[in-house]
Amino acid sequence: MTIAEKILSAKSGSGSKAGEIVEACPDLVMSHTATWRSVSVMQRIGATKLYDPGRLAIVLDHISPAKTEKYAADQQTSRNFARNHGVTKFYDVDAGIAHLVLMEAGHVLPGDLIVGTDSHCTIYGSLGALGTGIGYTEVASVWITGKLWLKVPESIRIVLEGRFPAGVYSKDLMLYLIGKLGADGCNYKSVEFYGGTARDLSISERMTVTNLSMEMGVKCAFFPPDDKTVEYLQGRLQDQSRYHPVLADPDAEYEQELPVNVAQLEPMVACPHEVENTKPVGEVAGTHIDQLFLGSCANAKYEDLVVAAQILKGHRIHPGVRMIITPGSKKIMLEAMNSGVLQTLMESGGLVTNPGCGACAGDGGMLADGEVCLSTANRNFIGRMGSSKSQIYLSSPATLAASAIKGVIADPREFLN
Amino acid sequence: MESIIQGRVYKFGDNINSDIIIPGRYLIYIDRERLGQHAFEMLGDGFPDKLRSFEILVAGRNFGCGSAREQAATAIQGLGIKAVVAASFARTFYRNAINDGLPIVESPALYAAVQEGSEIRIDLEAGKIHHDGKEYSFPKMPESVRKILELGGLANYLKTQLPTGL
Ligand code: SF4
Repeated sequence: MTIAEKILSAKSGSGSKAGEIVEACPDLVMSHTATWRSVSVMQRIGATKLYDPGRLAIVLDHISPAKTEKYAADQQTSRNFARNHGVTKFYDVDAGIAHLVLMEAGHVLPGDLIVGTDSHCTIYGSLGALGTGIGYTEVASVWITGKLWLKVPESIRIVLEGRFPAGVYSKDLMLYLIGKLGADGCNYKSVEFYGGTARDLSISERMTVTNLSMEMGVKCAFFPPDDKTVEYLQGRLQDQSRYHPVLADPDAEYEQELPVNVAQLEPMVACPHEVENTKPVGEVAGTHIDQLFLGSCANAKYEDLVVAAQILKGHRIHPGVRMIITPGSKKIMLEAMNSGVLQTLMESGGLVTNPGCGACAGDGGMLADGEVCLSTANRNFIGRMGSSKSQIYLSSPATLAASAIKGVIADPREFLN
Repeated sequence: MESIIQGRVYKFGDNINSDIIIPGRYLIYIDRERLGQHAFEMLGDGFPDKLRSFEILVAGRNFGCGSAREQAATAIQGLGIKAVVAASFARTFYRNAINDGLPIVESPALYAAVQEGSEIRIDLEAGKIHHDGKEYSFPKMPESVRKILELGGLANYLKTQLPTGL
Protein backbone atom coordinates (compact mmCIF):
# COMPACT_ATOMS: atom_id res chain seq x y z
CA MET A 1 0.00 0.00 0.00
CA THR A 2 1.03 3.59 -0.64
CA ILE A 3 1.25 6.17 2.17
CA ALA A 4 -2.14 7.66 1.17
CA GLU A 5 -3.78 4.22 1.07
CA LYS A 6 -2.38 3.36 4.49
CA ILE A 7 -3.40 6.59 6.18
CA LEU A 8 -6.90 6.56 4.68
CA SER A 9 -7.32 2.89 5.64
CA ALA A 10 -6.32 3.64 9.21
CA LYS A 11 -8.60 6.68 9.47
CA SER A 12 -11.60 4.94 7.92
CA GLY A 13 -11.17 1.57 9.57
CA SER A 14 -11.24 -0.25 6.25
CA GLY A 15 -8.62 -1.65 3.90
CA SER A 16 -8.82 0.95 1.17
CA LYS A 17 -7.23 0.95 -2.24
CA ALA A 18 -6.81 3.76 -4.73
CA GLY A 19 -10.10 4.63 -6.42
CA GLU A 20 -12.32 3.66 -3.48
CA ILE A 21 -14.36 6.18 -1.56
CA VAL A 22 -14.01 5.99 2.21
CA GLU A 23 -15.52 7.76 5.16
CA ALA A 24 -12.55 8.96 7.19
CA CYS A 25 -12.11 10.66 10.58
CA PRO A 26 -9.50 13.45 10.44
CA ASP A 27 -7.14 13.94 13.38
CA LEU A 28 -7.10 17.68 12.88
CA VAL A 29 -9.38 20.19 11.16
CA MET A 30 -7.64 23.49 10.53
CA SER A 31 -9.41 26.69 9.70
CA HIS A 32 -7.85 30.10 9.30
CA THR A 33 -9.40 33.48 8.68
CA ALA A 34 -12.26 31.55 7.02
CA THR A 35 -13.35 30.22 10.44
CA TRP A 36 -16.27 32.64 10.81
CA ARG A 37 -17.78 31.25 7.61
CA SER A 38 -17.86 27.74 9.05
CA VAL A 39 -19.34 29.19 12.25
CA SER A 40 -22.10 30.79 10.18
CA VAL A 41 -22.84 27.44 8.51
CA MET A 42 -23.21 25.84 11.94
CA GLN A 43 -25.59 28.57 12.97
CA ARG A 44 -27.57 28.31 9.75
CA ILE A 45 -28.18 24.61 10.15
CA GLY A 46 -28.81 24.92 13.88
CA ALA A 47 -25.99 22.66 15.10
CA THR A 48 -24.55 23.51 18.49
CA LYS A 49 -22.19 20.68 19.40
CA LEU A 50 -18.74 19.85 18.08
CA TYR A 51 -17.73 16.24 17.54
CA ASP A 52 -14.43 16.84 19.38
CA PRO A 53 -13.09 20.36 20.12
CA GLY A 54 -9.63 18.80 20.59
CA ARG A 55 -9.46 18.14 16.86
CA LEU A 56 -9.98 21.75 15.85
CA ALA A 57 -7.15 24.17 15.17
CA ILE A 58 -7.85 27.81 14.39
CA VAL A 59 -5.26 30.38 13.31
CA LEU A 60 -6.10 33.94 12.29
CA ASP A 61 -3.53 34.49 9.58
CA HIS A 62 -4.97 36.11 6.43
CA ILE A 63 -5.63 39.88 6.67
CA SER A 64 -4.40 40.01 10.26
CA PRO A 65 -4.62 42.09 12.33
CA ALA A 66 -8.04 43.17 11.08
CA LYS A 67 -7.89 45.88 8.46
CA THR A 68 -11.56 46.85 8.35
CA GLU A 69 -14.46 46.70 10.76
CA LYS A 70 -15.88 43.75 8.83
CA TYR A 71 -12.65 41.77 9.34
CA ALA A 72 -12.67 42.76 13.00
CA ALA A 73 -16.21 41.45 13.43
CA ASP A 74 -15.37 38.21 11.63
CA GLN A 75 -12.31 37.69 13.82
CA GLN A 76 -14.41 38.37 16.88
CA THR A 77 -16.82 35.63 15.74
CA SER A 78 -13.91 33.19 15.42
CA ARG A 79 -12.46 34.13 18.82
CA ASN A 80 -15.79 33.79 20.59
CA PHE A 81 -16.44 30.49 18.90
CA ALA A 82 -13.07 29.10 20.03
CA ARG A 83 -13.66 30.28 23.58
CA ASN A 84 -17.24 29.05 23.82
CA HIS A 85 -16.41 25.62 22.46
CA GLY A 86 -13.17 25.10 24.36
CA VAL A 87 -10.94 25.03 21.26
CA THR A 88 -7.49 25.07 22.84
CA LYS A 89 -5.50 25.04 19.58
CA PHE A 90 -6.46 28.63 18.90
CA TYR A 91 -3.85 31.09 17.66
CA ASP A 92 -4.60 34.77 17.37
CA VAL A 93 -3.31 37.41 14.94
CA ASP A 94 0.20 37.44 16.42
CA ALA A 95 1.08 33.83 15.55
CA GLY A 96 1.65 33.73 11.80
CA ILE A 97 0.59 31.56 8.86
CA ALA A 98 -1.61 28.66 10.00
CA HIS A 99 0.34 25.93 8.21
CA LEU A 100 3.66 26.92 9.72
CA VAL A 101 2.22 27.67 13.16
CA LEU A 102 0.54 24.25 13.41
CA MET A 103 3.70 22.38 12.44
CA GLU A 104 5.88 24.45 14.78
CA ALA A 105 3.49 23.76 17.64
CA GLY A 106 3.68 19.99 17.17
CA HIS A 107 0.06 19.59 16.06
CA VAL A 108 1.06 17.80 12.84
CA LEU A 109 2.28 14.22 13.08
CA PRO A 110 3.32 11.58 10.58
CA GLY A 111 0.33 9.42 9.66
CA ASP A 112 -2.24 12.08 10.62
CA LEU A 113 -5.15 12.96 8.39
CA ILE A 114 -5.59 16.73 8.35
CA VAL A 115 -8.20 18.70 6.43
CA GLY A 116 -8.60 22.44 6.39
CA THR A 117 -9.96 25.54 4.70
CA ASP A 118 -6.86 26.00 2.61
CA SER A 119 -5.54 24.34 -0.52
CA HIS A 120 -1.94 24.40 0.75
CA CYS A 121 -2.75 21.90 3.52
CA THR A 122 -0.65 19.61 1.30
CA ILE A 123 2.34 21.11 3.18
CA TYR A 124 1.69 18.76 6.13
CA GLY A 125 3.12 15.95 4.01
CA SER A 126 6.55 17.41 4.76
CA LEU A 127 6.12 15.63 8.11
CA GLY A 128 4.41 12.57 6.60
CA ALA A 129 0.81 13.63 7.32
CA LEU A 130 -1.98 13.55 4.74
CA GLY A 131 -3.10 17.15 4.43
CA THR A 132 -5.73 18.30 1.97
CA GLY A 133 -7.93 21.35 1.42
CA ILE A 134 -11.73 21.52 1.68
CA GLY A 135 -14.30 24.33 1.72
CA TYR A 136 -15.71 26.09 4.75
CA THR A 137 -19.09 24.30 4.65
CA GLU A 138 -17.32 20.99 4.67
CA VAL A 139 -15.13 22.12 7.57
CA ALA A 140 -18.31 22.88 9.52
CA SER A 141 -19.56 19.43 8.58
CA VAL A 142 -16.39 17.77 9.92
CA TRP A 143 -16.57 19.88 13.08
CA ILE A 144 -20.03 18.46 13.71
CA THR A 145 -19.81 14.90 12.41
CA GLY A 146 -16.11 14.17 12.86
CA LYS A 147 -15.85 12.64 9.39
CA LEU A 148 -15.95 13.24 5.64
CA TRP A 149 -15.87 11.19 2.43
CA LEU A 150 -12.60 11.04 0.56
CA LYS A 151 -11.55 9.23 -2.56
CA VAL A 152 -8.35 7.27 -2.06
CA PRO A 153 -5.97 8.79 -4.61
CA GLU A 154 -3.67 7.04 -7.05
CA SER A 155 -0.02 7.72 -6.18
CA ILE A 156 2.98 8.91 -8.15
CA ARG A 157 6.58 8.33 -7.03
CA ILE A 158 9.00 11.15 -7.71
CA VAL A 159 12.59 10.08 -7.17
CA LEU A 160 15.05 12.91 -6.59
CA GLU A 161 18.72 12.25 -7.22
CA GLY A 162 21.83 14.40 -7.61
CA ARG A 163 23.14 17.45 -5.79
CA PHE A 164 21.49 20.83 -6.03
CA PRO A 165 23.86 23.21 -7.86
CA ALA A 166 24.73 26.42 -5.96
CA GLY A 167 21.88 28.93 -6.23
CA VAL A 168 19.27 26.24 -6.92
CA TYR A 169 16.75 25.30 -4.22
CA SER A 170 13.66 23.21 -3.65
CA LYS A 171 11.54 26.12 -4.97
CA ASP A 172 13.38 25.87 -8.30
CA LEU A 173 12.81 22.11 -8.34
CA MET A 174 9.08 22.65 -7.86
CA LEU A 175 8.80 25.41 -10.45
CA TYR A 176 10.60 23.08 -12.85
CA LEU A 177 8.22 20.20 -12.05
CA ILE A 178 5.08 22.33 -12.27
CA GLY A 179 6.24 23.68 -15.62
CA LYS A 180 6.95 20.18 -16.88
CA LEU A 181 3.82 18.43 -15.55
CA GLY A 182 1.37 21.34 -15.75
CA ALA A 183 -1.05 22.90 -13.28
CA ASP A 184 -3.15 19.73 -13.42
CA GLY A 185 -0.28 17.30 -13.98
CA CYS A 186 -1.09 15.46 -10.74
CA ASN A 187 -4.77 16.34 -10.38
CA TYR A 188 -6.48 14.21 -7.66
CA LYS A 189 -3.21 12.31 -7.11
CA SER A 190 -0.95 11.71 -4.15
CA VAL A 191 2.74 12.31 -4.72
CA GLU A 192 5.52 10.65 -2.70
CA PHE A 193 9.08 11.98 -2.84
CA TYR A 194 11.98 9.52 -2.61
CA GLY A 195 15.67 9.25 -3.46
CA GLY A 196 18.90 10.30 -1.79
CA THR A 197 18.23 13.96 -2.50
CA ALA A 198 14.78 13.81 -0.90
CA ARG A 199 16.36 12.33 2.23
CA ASP A 200 18.95 15.11 2.29
CA LEU A 201 16.38 17.92 2.08
CA SER A 202 15.77 19.79 5.31
CA ILE A 203 12.24 19.87 6.75
CA SER A 204 12.02 23.51 5.67
CA GLU A 205 12.78 22.57 2.06
CA ARG A 206 10.36 19.63 2.25
CA MET A 207 7.72 22.13 3.31
CA THR A 208 8.36 24.18 0.18
CA VAL A 209 8.10 21.03 -1.95
CA THR A 210 4.83 19.74 -0.46
CA ASN A 211 3.37 23.27 -0.42
CA LEU A 212 4.12 23.87 -4.11
CA SER A 213 2.91 20.36 -4.99
CA MET A 214 -0.59 21.83 -4.72
CA GLU A 215 0.18 23.83 -7.85
CA MET A 216 0.34 20.56 -9.82
CA GLY A 217 -3.17 19.78 -8.56
CA VAL A 218 -2.25 17.10 -5.99
CA LYS A 219 -4.63 15.93 -3.31
CA CYS A 220 -1.68 15.32 -0.99
CA ALA A 221 2.10 15.02 -1.09
CA PHE A 222 4.52 13.17 1.17
CA PHE A 223 8.07 12.84 2.31
CA PRO A 224 8.29 9.50 4.12
CA PRO A 225 9.09 10.29 7.76
CA ASP A 226 12.74 9.71 8.70
CA ASP A 227 15.42 10.88 11.15
CA LYS A 228 14.93 14.49 10.09
CA THR A 229 11.23 14.23 10.89
CA VAL A 230 11.99 12.83 14.33
CA GLU A 231 14.51 15.58 14.95
CA TYR A 232 12.01 18.29 13.90
CA LEU A 233 9.33 16.91 16.20
CA GLN A 234 11.67 16.62 19.18
CA GLY A 235 10.56 19.06 21.81
CA ARG A 236 7.42 19.95 19.87
CA LEU A 237 5.29 16.92 20.78
CA GLN A 238 3.63 16.96 24.13
CA ASP A 239 3.02 13.25 23.81
CA GLN A 240 5.82 11.25 22.12
CA SER A 241 3.66 8.12 22.06
CA ARG A 242 1.66 9.74 19.27
CA TYR A 243 4.60 9.30 16.91
CA HIS A 244 3.54 6.56 14.47
CA PRO A 245 5.32 7.02 11.15
CA VAL A 246 3.49 5.60 8.14
CA LEU A 247 5.65 4.33 5.29
CA ALA A 248 4.67 2.80 1.96
CA ASP A 249 5.01 -0.97 1.55
CA PRO A 250 7.82 -2.18 -0.71
CA ASP A 251 5.21 -3.61 -3.11
CA ALA A 252 2.99 -0.50 -3.11
CA GLU A 253 1.46 0.25 -6.51
CA TYR A 254 2.26 3.55 -8.22
CA GLU A 255 0.63 4.92 -11.30
CA GLN A 256 3.91 6.40 -12.43
CA GLU A 257 7.52 6.83 -11.37
CA LEU A 258 9.31 10.00 -12.29
CA PRO A 259 13.08 10.34 -11.79
CA VAL A 260 14.49 13.86 -11.49
CA ASN A 261 18.20 14.68 -11.45
CA VAL A 262 18.35 17.98 -9.57
CA ALA A 263 21.99 18.50 -10.59
CA GLN A 264 20.73 19.61 -13.99
CA LEU A 265 18.35 22.25 -12.65
CA GLU A 266 18.74 26.01 -12.88
CA PRO A 267 17.10 28.79 -10.89
CA MET A 268 13.54 29.02 -12.23
CA VAL A 269 10.94 31.77 -12.45
CA ALA A 270 7.16 31.40 -12.92
CA CYS A 271 5.88 34.12 -15.23
CA PRO A 272 2.44 35.77 -15.20
CA HIS A 273 -0.32 34.61 -14.81
CA GLU A 274 0.05 30.86 -14.23
CA VAL A 275 2.47 28.94 -12.05
CA GLU A 276 3.07 26.42 -14.86
CA ASN A 277 4.42 29.22 -17.03
CA THR A 278 8.01 28.67 -15.88
CA LYS A 279 11.33 29.64 -17.44
CA PRO A 280 14.98 29.39 -16.42
CA VAL A 281 15.96 32.70 -14.82
CA GLY A 282 18.28 33.49 -17.73
CA GLU A 283 15.32 33.87 -20.08
CA VAL A 284 13.66 36.54 -17.96
CA ALA A 285 16.74 38.21 -16.45
CA GLY A 286 16.50 41.98 -16.85
CA THR A 287 12.69 42.05 -16.50
CA HIS A 288 11.53 45.27 -14.83
CA ILE A 289 10.18 44.96 -11.26
CA ASP A 290 8.58 47.44 -8.87
CA GLN A 291 8.03 45.33 -5.76
CA LEU A 292 9.58 42.27 -4.13
CA PHE A 293 7.71 40.10 -1.67
CA LEU A 294 9.63 37.70 0.55
CA GLY A 295 6.80 35.89 2.25
CA SER A 296 4.11 33.15 2.25
CA CYS A 297 3.81 29.61 3.55
CA ALA A 298 5.97 28.48 0.61
CA ASN A 299 9.09 30.53 1.33
CA ALA A 300 9.07 32.71 4.45
CA LYS A 301 10.55 30.16 6.83
CA TYR A 302 13.69 30.89 8.79
CA GLU A 303 15.95 29.12 6.28
CA ASP A 304 14.41 31.18 3.48
CA LEU A 305 15.10 34.46 5.28
CA VAL A 306 18.68 33.32 5.88
CA VAL A 307 19.23 32.55 2.18
CA ALA A 308 17.97 36.02 1.23
CA ALA A 309 19.98 37.74 3.97
CA GLN A 310 23.21 36.00 2.92
CA ILE A 311 22.90 37.49 -0.54
CA LEU A 312 21.69 40.90 0.64
CA LYS A 313 24.34 41.35 3.33
CA GLY A 314 26.46 44.37 2.56
CA HIS A 315 24.17 45.45 -0.30
CA ARG A 316 21.39 48.00 -0.64
CA ILE A 317 18.32 47.11 -2.64
CA HIS A 318 18.07 49.03 -5.91
CA PRO A 319 16.52 52.48 -5.43
CA GLY A 320 13.86 51.72 -8.03
CA VAL A 321 12.27 48.87 -6.05
CA ARG A 322 10.60 48.23 -2.70
CA MET A 323 10.95 44.97 -0.79
CA ILE A 324 8.36 43.65 1.66
CA ILE A 325 9.44 40.91 4.05
CA THR A 326 6.74 39.04 5.93
CA PRO A 327 8.13 36.30 8.19
CA GLY A 328 5.97 33.18 8.16
CA SER A 329 5.41 33.07 11.90
CA LYS A 330 6.24 34.83 15.15
CA LYS A 331 8.71 32.05 16.03
CA ILE A 332 10.49 32.56 12.71
CA MET A 333 10.54 36.31 13.22
CA LEU A 334 12.01 35.94 16.71
CA GLU A 335 14.70 33.59 15.45
CA ALA A 336 15.54 35.97 12.62
CA MET A 337 15.63 38.84 15.11
CA ASN A 338 17.99 37.05 17.49
CA SER A 339 20.36 35.91 14.76
CA GLY A 340 20.61 39.32 13.11
CA VAL A 341 18.97 38.13 9.89
CA LEU A 342 16.14 40.60 10.30
CA GLN A 343 18.60 43.42 10.80
CA THR A 344 20.41 42.52 7.59
CA LEU A 345 17.15 42.45 5.67
CA MET A 346 16.08 45.80 7.08
CA GLU A 347 19.44 47.46 6.59
CA SER A 348 19.40 46.40 2.96
CA GLY A 349 16.31 48.56 2.53
CA GLY A 350 13.54 46.01 3.16
CA LEU A 351 10.29 46.68 4.99
CA VAL A 352 9.52 44.01 7.60
CA THR A 353 5.83 43.46 8.41
CA ASN A 354 4.07 41.44 11.08
CA PRO A 355 4.07 37.67 10.50
CA GLY A 356 1.16 36.12 8.57
CA CYS A 357 0.00 35.80 4.99
CA GLY A 358 0.42 39.51 4.32
CA ALA A 359 0.68 40.54 0.68
CA CYS A 360 0.19 36.94 -0.48
CA ALA A 361 -3.46 37.27 0.56
CA GLY A 362 -3.67 40.85 -0.69
CA ASP A 363 -3.08 42.48 2.69
CA GLY A 364 -0.63 45.34 2.31
CA GLY A 365 1.66 45.46 -0.68
CA MET A 366 -1.10 45.78 -3.27
CA LEU A 367 0.00 46.41 -6.84
CA ALA A 368 -1.15 49.29 -9.04
CA ASP A 369 -1.95 49.11 -12.76
CA GLY A 370 1.11 48.05 -14.73
CA GLU A 371 3.25 47.22 -11.68
CA VAL A 372 5.37 44.08 -11.50
CA CYS A 373 6.11 42.04 -8.37
CA LEU A 374 8.65 39.27 -7.87
CA SER A 375 7.38 37.07 -5.05
CA THR A 376 8.49 33.95 -3.20
CA ALA A 377 4.85 32.85 -2.78
CA ASN A 378 3.17 29.99 -4.58
CA ARG A 379 0.67 31.71 -6.88
CA ASN A 380 0.93 34.39 -9.56
CA PHE A 381 -2.70 34.44 -10.68
CA ILE A 382 -4.01 37.56 -12.35
CA GLY A 383 -4.98 40.25 -9.84
CA ARG A 384 -4.00 38.17 -6.80
CA MET A 385 -1.96 41.05 -5.36
CA GLY A 386 -4.07 43.95 -6.59
CA SER A 387 -4.76 45.37 -10.04
CA SER A 388 -5.77 42.99 -12.81
CA LYS A 389 -3.26 44.93 -14.88
CA SER A 390 -0.36 44.06 -12.57
CA GLN A 391 2.00 41.11 -12.99
CA ILE A 392 3.47 38.61 -10.55
CA TYR A 393 6.60 36.52 -11.08
CA LEU A 394 7.55 33.75 -8.62
CA SER A 395 11.03 32.63 -7.58
CA SER A 396 13.19 31.31 -4.76
CA PRO A 397 14.33 33.64 -1.95
CA ALA A 398 17.82 33.65 -3.49
CA THR A 399 16.59 34.85 -6.88
CA LEU A 400 14.46 37.41 -5.08
CA ALA A 401 17.45 38.77 -3.14
CA ALA A 402 19.64 39.00 -6.24
CA SER A 403 16.83 40.75 -8.10
CA ALA A 404 16.33 43.21 -5.24
CA ILE A 405 19.94 44.30 -5.55
CA LYS A 406 19.83 44.66 -9.31
CA GLY A 407 16.34 46.16 -9.49
CA VAL A 408 15.41 43.74 -12.28
CA ILE A 409 14.98 39.95 -12.31
CA ALA A 410 18.48 38.56 -11.81
CA ASP A 411 20.33 35.26 -11.56
CA PRO A 412 21.34 34.54 -7.92
CA ARG A 413 24.43 32.66 -9.05
CA GLU A 414 26.07 36.00 -9.82
CA PHE A 415 26.12 36.67 -6.08
CA LEU A 416 27.48 33.32 -4.92
CA ASN A 417 31.11 32.36 -5.00
CA MET B 1 -31.60 20.91 -7.99
CA GLU B 2 -33.28 19.49 -11.06
CA SER B 3 -32.14 16.43 -12.87
CA ILE B 4 -32.42 18.04 -16.33
CA ILE B 5 -30.48 21.24 -16.96
CA GLN B 6 -30.83 22.93 -20.28
CA GLY B 7 -29.49 26.13 -21.77
CA ARG B 8 -26.89 28.07 -23.69
CA VAL B 9 -23.22 27.67 -22.85
CA TYR B 10 -20.41 30.16 -22.33
CA LYS B 11 -17.03 28.61 -23.09
CA PHE B 12 -13.80 29.18 -21.15
CA GLY B 13 -10.33 27.72 -21.82
CA ASP B 14 -7.99 25.74 -19.53
CA ASN B 15 -6.83 26.50 -15.97
CA ILE B 16 -9.52 29.02 -14.97
CA ASN B 17 -8.39 29.48 -11.37
CA SER B 18 -10.45 30.39 -8.34
CA ASP B 19 -8.78 33.84 -8.04
CA ILE B 20 -10.25 34.60 -11.47
CA ILE B 21 -13.64 33.20 -10.51
CA ILE B 22 -13.77 35.31 -7.35
CA PRO B 23 -10.87 37.52 -6.20
CA GLY B 24 -9.68 37.14 -2.59
CA ARG B 25 -10.83 40.60 -1.59
CA TYR B 26 -14.49 39.51 -1.89
CA LEU B 27 -14.15 36.52 0.42
CA ILE B 28 -15.61 38.74 3.13
CA TYR B 29 -18.95 37.81 1.56
CA ILE B 30 -20.62 34.42 1.48
CA ASP B 31 -23.95 35.28 -0.16
CA ARG B 32 -24.58 34.32 -3.76
CA GLU B 33 -25.80 37.60 -5.18
CA ARG B 34 -22.98 39.71 -3.80
CA LEU B 35 -20.32 37.24 -4.91
CA GLY B 36 -21.96 36.91 -8.33
CA GLN B 37 -21.58 40.64 -8.89
CA HIS B 38 -17.79 40.24 -8.78
CA ALA B 39 -17.34 36.82 -10.38
CA PHE B 40 -14.79 36.81 -13.21
CA GLU B 41 -14.44 40.62 -13.03
CA MET B 42 -10.65 40.18 -13.27
CA LEU B 43 -11.17 39.33 -16.92
CA GLY B 44 -12.58 42.81 -17.67
CA ASP B 45 -14.32 42.86 -21.04
CA GLY B 46 -17.95 42.99 -19.84
CA PHE B 47 -17.56 40.27 -17.19
CA PRO B 48 -19.45 39.23 -15.13
CA ASP B 49 -22.63 40.67 -16.59
CA LYS B 50 -22.23 39.12 -19.99
CA LEU B 51 -22.41 35.68 -18.35
CA ARG B 52 -25.93 36.36 -17.10
CA SER B 53 -27.44 35.48 -20.47
CA PHE B 54 -25.99 31.96 -20.32
CA GLU B 55 -27.18 29.05 -18.20
CA ILE B 56 -24.19 26.71 -18.35
CA LEU B 57 -20.43 27.24 -18.24
CA VAL B 58 -18.20 24.96 -20.26
CA ALA B 59 -14.46 24.96 -19.65
CA GLY B 60 -11.26 23.13 -20.52
CA ARG B 61 -8.85 21.40 -18.19
CA ASN B 62 -8.45 22.09 -14.47
CA PHE B 63 -11.40 24.43 -13.94
CA GLY B 64 -11.35 25.98 -10.46
CA CYS B 65 -7.67 25.32 -9.72
CA GLY B 66 -5.84 27.24 -7.01
CA SER B 67 -7.35 28.34 -3.74
CA ALA B 68 -9.82 26.07 -1.90
CA ARG B 69 -12.27 28.98 -1.59
CA GLU B 70 -15.80 27.66 -1.62
CA GLN B 71 -17.06 31.05 -2.79
CA ALA B 72 -15.86 30.18 -6.30
CA ALA B 73 -18.82 27.81 -6.61
CA THR B 74 -21.15 30.21 -4.79
CA ALA B 75 -20.21 33.13 -7.06
CA ILE B 76 -20.98 31.10 -10.18
CA GLN B 77 -24.40 30.29 -8.77
CA GLY B 78 -24.86 33.98 -8.01
CA LEU B 79 -24.68 34.64 -11.76
CA GLY B 80 -27.63 32.35 -12.31
CA ILE B 81 -25.45 29.61 -13.82
CA LYS B 82 -27.07 26.21 -13.36
CA ALA B 83 -24.17 23.84 -14.07
CA VAL B 84 -20.52 23.67 -15.13
CA VAL B 85 -19.18 21.14 -17.63
CA ALA B 86 -15.39 20.96 -17.94
CA ALA B 87 -12.77 18.73 -19.50
CA SER B 88 -11.55 18.33 -15.91
CA PHE B 89 -11.90 20.06 -12.54
CA ALA B 90 -9.42 20.82 -9.78
CA ARG B 91 -10.33 18.63 -6.83
CA THR B 92 -11.07 21.41 -4.34
CA PHE B 93 -13.49 23.07 -6.77
CA TYR B 94 -15.15 19.74 -7.49
CA ARG B 95 -15.88 19.14 -3.80
CA ASN B 96 -16.93 22.71 -3.14
CA ALA B 97 -19.35 22.70 -6.07
CA ILE B 98 -21.10 19.61 -4.76
CA ASN B 99 -21.18 20.99 -1.24
CA ASP B 100 -22.59 24.23 -2.57
CA GLY B 101 -25.27 22.51 -4.65
CA LEU B 102 -23.78 23.39 -8.06
CA PRO B 103 -23.95 20.45 -10.51
CA ILE B 104 -20.65 19.74 -12.27
CA VAL B 105 -19.90 17.27 -15.02
CA GLU B 106 -16.60 16.17 -16.54
CA SER B 107 -16.72 15.74 -20.31
CA PRO B 108 -13.67 16.49 -22.46
CA ALA B 109 -15.65 15.41 -25.54
CA LEU B 110 -18.39 17.96 -24.97
CA TYR B 111 -15.80 20.68 -24.38
CA ALA B 112 -14.34 19.97 -27.80
CA ALA B 113 -17.78 19.93 -29.45
CA VAL B 114 -19.38 23.18 -28.25
CA GLN B 115 -18.97 26.90 -28.92
CA GLU B 116 -20.22 29.97 -27.16
CA GLY B 117 -23.98 30.02 -27.43
CA SER B 118 -24.38 26.27 -28.16
CA GLU B 119 -27.52 24.74 -26.65
CA ILE B 120 -26.97 21.69 -24.47
CA ARG B 121 -29.15 19.53 -22.25
CA ILE B 122 -27.67 17.73 -19.25
CA ASP B 123 -29.48 14.72 -17.81
CA LEU B 124 -27.82 14.16 -14.45
CA GLU B 125 -29.78 11.05 -13.64
CA ALA B 126 -29.04 9.32 -16.94
CA GLY B 127 -25.43 10.54 -17.03
CA LYS B 128 -25.80 12.07 -20.48
CA ILE B 129 -25.41 15.40 -22.22
CA HIS B 130 -27.33 16.07 -25.44
CA HIS B 131 -25.97 18.52 -27.98
CA ASP B 132 -26.62 18.91 -31.69
CA GLY B 133 -28.21 15.48 -32.05
CA LYS B 134 -25.34 13.72 -30.29
CA GLU B 135 -25.02 12.16 -26.83
CA TYR B 136 -22.07 12.55 -24.50
CA SER B 137 -21.97 10.16 -21.55
CA PHE B 138 -20.40 10.87 -18.18
CA PRO B 139 -20.06 8.64 -15.13
CA LYS B 140 -23.07 8.90 -12.85
CA MET B 141 -22.46 10.41 -9.46
CA PRO B 142 -22.51 8.21 -6.36
CA GLU B 143 -25.88 8.21 -4.59
CA SER B 144 -24.55 10.11 -1.55
CA VAL B 145 -23.24 12.92 -3.75
CA ARG B 146 -26.50 13.10 -5.73
CA LYS B 147 -28.37 13.42 -2.46
CA ILE B 148 -26.28 16.45 -1.41
CA LEU B 149 -26.84 18.09 -4.80
CA GLU B 150 -30.56 17.36 -4.74
CA LEU B 151 -30.92 19.10 -1.41
CA GLY B 152 -29.02 22.12 -2.68
CA GLY B 153 -25.75 21.51 -0.86
CA LEU B 154 -24.06 20.08 2.21
CA ALA B 155 -25.53 22.56 4.71
CA ASN B 156 -29.07 21.55 3.75
CA TYR B 157 -28.08 17.91 3.83
CA LEU B 158 -26.66 18.29 7.34
CA LYS B 159 -29.89 19.93 8.42
CA THR B 160 -31.78 16.79 7.48
CA GLN B 161 -29.37 14.79 9.65
CA LEU B 162 -29.68 16.99 12.73
CA PRO B 163 -32.53 15.27 14.58
CA THR B 164 -30.55 12.05 14.51
CA GLY B 165 -28.13 13.28 17.10
CA LEU B 166 -25.68 15.86 15.74
S1 SF4 C 1 0.68 32.54 2.79
FE1 SF4 C 1 -0.47 32.77 0.90
S2 SF4 C 1 -0.68 30.68 0.08
FE2 SF4 C 1 -0.05 30.49 2.22
S3 SF4 C 1 -1.95 30.26 3.38
FE3 SF4 C 1 -1.46 32.44 3.37
S4 SF4 C 1 -2.56 33.30 1.59
FE4 SF4 C 1 -2.50 31.06 1.34
